[in-house]
Amino acid sequence: MSTSRNGQDAGGAPATGGRHTAGAYDVRVVIAALIGLYGVVLIVLGIVDYGPEEAAKTGDVNANLWAGIGMLVFALVFVAWTRLRPVVVEDGEAVEDPTGGADSAGR
Amino acid sequence: MVLAADETLRLDANVIDYALVAAYFAVVLLIGFAARRRVSDSLDFFLSGRSLPAWVTGLAFISANLGAVEIIGMSANGAQFGMATFHYFWIGAVPAMLFLGVVMMPFYYGSKVRSVPEFMRRRFGTGAHLVNALSFALAQVLIAGINLYLLATVVNALLGWPQWISLIVAAAVVLSYITLGGLSAAIYNEVLQFFVIVAALLPLTLIGLHRVGGVGGLVDAVRDSGNENDLSSWPASDLTSIDNPVLSVIGIVFGLGFVLSFGYWTTNFVEVQRAMATKSMSAARSTPVIGSFPKMFIPFIVIVPGMIAAVLVNEVRELKAGGDPGVTYNDSILLLIRDVLPNGLLGVAIAGLLASFMAGMAANISAFNTVFSYDLWQQYVKKDRPDEYYLRVGRLATVGATVTAIFTALIAAGFDNLMDYLQTLFGFFNAPLFATFILGMFWKRMTPTAGWAGLVSGTGAAVLVWSLSEVGVIGLEGQGASFVAAGAAFVVDIAVSVAVSMVTAPKPVSELAGLVYSETPKEDRTDPEAHRLPWYQSPTKLAGVSLVMVIALNLVFR
Repeated sequence: MSTSRNGQDAGGAPATGGRHTAGAYDVRVVIAALIGLYGVVLIVLGIVDYGPEEAAKTGDVNANLWAGIGMLVFALVFVAWTRLRPVVVEDGEAVEDPTGGADSAGR
Repeated sequence: MVLAADETLRLDANVIDYALVAAYFAVVLLIGFAARRRVSDSLDFFLSGRSLPAWVTGLAFISANLGAVEIIGMSANGAQFGMATFHYFWIGAVPAMLFLGVVMMPFYYGSKVRSVPEFMRRRFGTGAHLVNALSFALAQVLIAGINLYLLATVVNALLGWPQWISLIVAAAVVLSYITLGGLSAAIYNEVLQFFVIVAALLPLTLIGLHRVGGVGGLVDAVRDSGNENDLSSWPASDLTSIDNPVLSVIGIVFGLGFVLSFGYWTTNFVEVQRAMATKSMSAARSTPVIGSFPKMFIPFIVIVPGMIAAVLVNEVRELKAGGDPGVTYNDSILLLIRDVLPNGLLGVAIAGLLASFMAGMAANISAFNTVFSYDLWQQYVKKDRPDEYYLRVGRLATVGATVTAIFTALIAAGFDNLMDYLQTLFGFFNAPLFATFILGMFWKRMTPTAGWAGLVSGTGAAVLVWSLSEVGVIGLEGQGASFVAAGAAFVVDIAVSVAVSMVTAPKPVSELAGLVYSETPKEDRTDPEAHRLPWYQSPTKLAGVSLVMVIALNLVFR
């Protein structure tokens, strides 16, 4: 089954010509950006706006702060994944494939 | 599905919460525009040009199903029935997803069909195809309307927006990103949505657990409230309303676990379409298998919050004790959000819920436009037009389906019970479909006449059993009745198909290549590169790991 559109299927002939990474069009970057933004906003909220009202709801845990830290860590892991296994696209191919072949990068 | 009216559910959202929701919508539209730039032909639009990696389609596979009915409905079941609800995931989803990946996907992907009804047409001809394509297209538009209605109801309850404004805004957002980017945009948004939902529900679950004193505290609280049954998943007599424990287990395993879930997960094009958008046979087969791993852990952030609500939220506790506090079980997760999430996390939670409801609708519509364009328009109305023509038909069909969904939503708003009945009815189309598909894939003697005759009589059997239980002839109600109805549909479909096949003429064997197991060369069913993949990219080995894990979960949480 070869329906490869970007020449990087296992066993496909090594691509010739220019290659570059998908960069900001990688869907992992988009996910990391949104969750990371949520993380930063929640951390700031957790620091400046944690009072008795919030504590009563969450049972004395600064939930915004901790959830924010968790989301930021998740976003950084996704960015690291994208950096370590970038999606490679051929020049002249659709750069806009926002995921590319993330799962085939290790082959 | 009925939610509490008026102010009970009103969330105290502030400007930061709205900003977080707005950020999500901005990214959704951005993805639509980005995906638009590579939609060049109709295969791109409908099947993402068969180019997506398996982890993306795997997450989209379960996200497409993680809509309003799933999150609201399963947390409601969690509050009402407790741990028995786990069956919907571990018995009623994971085994069927693995079966789809390991056994059925080679036929779907290998035969290069563009939709599930198209497989039906090539195997059984136009009789069965028309039954399948029409019932599917109709069901998708109506279900999209139900999703839209639930979305508007929740927005109205949570934020106080008038229902018609939320209807139109939500429909406009879904419409814009699907017409722009087609299936790619729908799938990328489903992946994004998955992470936003987890970001919303995981903190909710953890904070809720903290409030009731951890897992031990939750168990003690449930026990103290006199609902010991909620802490065991078998035999689930409360859920099935079958008192005999042995029959109840049979109902769960055969009705839910075998017929209903295999029918839904293996023949529903909304799901299968996600796997068809991948770039290789291995990736297509891996899609449902990869999806099964998050699927088996979703109950912990959907059902457990429902159980927490049943002991923590005053209104739900009162409801469970037999009182009438003016809420329904469907409100459980919303009430828990109201009670435990501070502003900030509240915004993330609202974004997550809206994301889930929109994605459910987007999945229905993207599957609808494919079936409408390829299976109905191209097959029966205008053949042999250039590719751009069908791309345009697809975009128009999307607009048409969205507008229709708005009207369906308005009907749903007026006739709540009618929609419940319709959804049950569409469930009946799925049960016999699985019987027909599996028989047709492995028995080359099965004839085209048997194809449609089996479908029609199986559906009829399900409707009959269900009607009899509705009027009280069979002493069953609720979930138990639909499990039995599905079982009857399966048995009748098989019996009729075999009987009709014996007296009618089969298709010539030469036309069955790629469609029937015995007539398909091994190289068409398998990925020639499969042996070069590491174990974590091999669908069968991954499926084995998943099966062991889901059995372990069943044993641990029995």
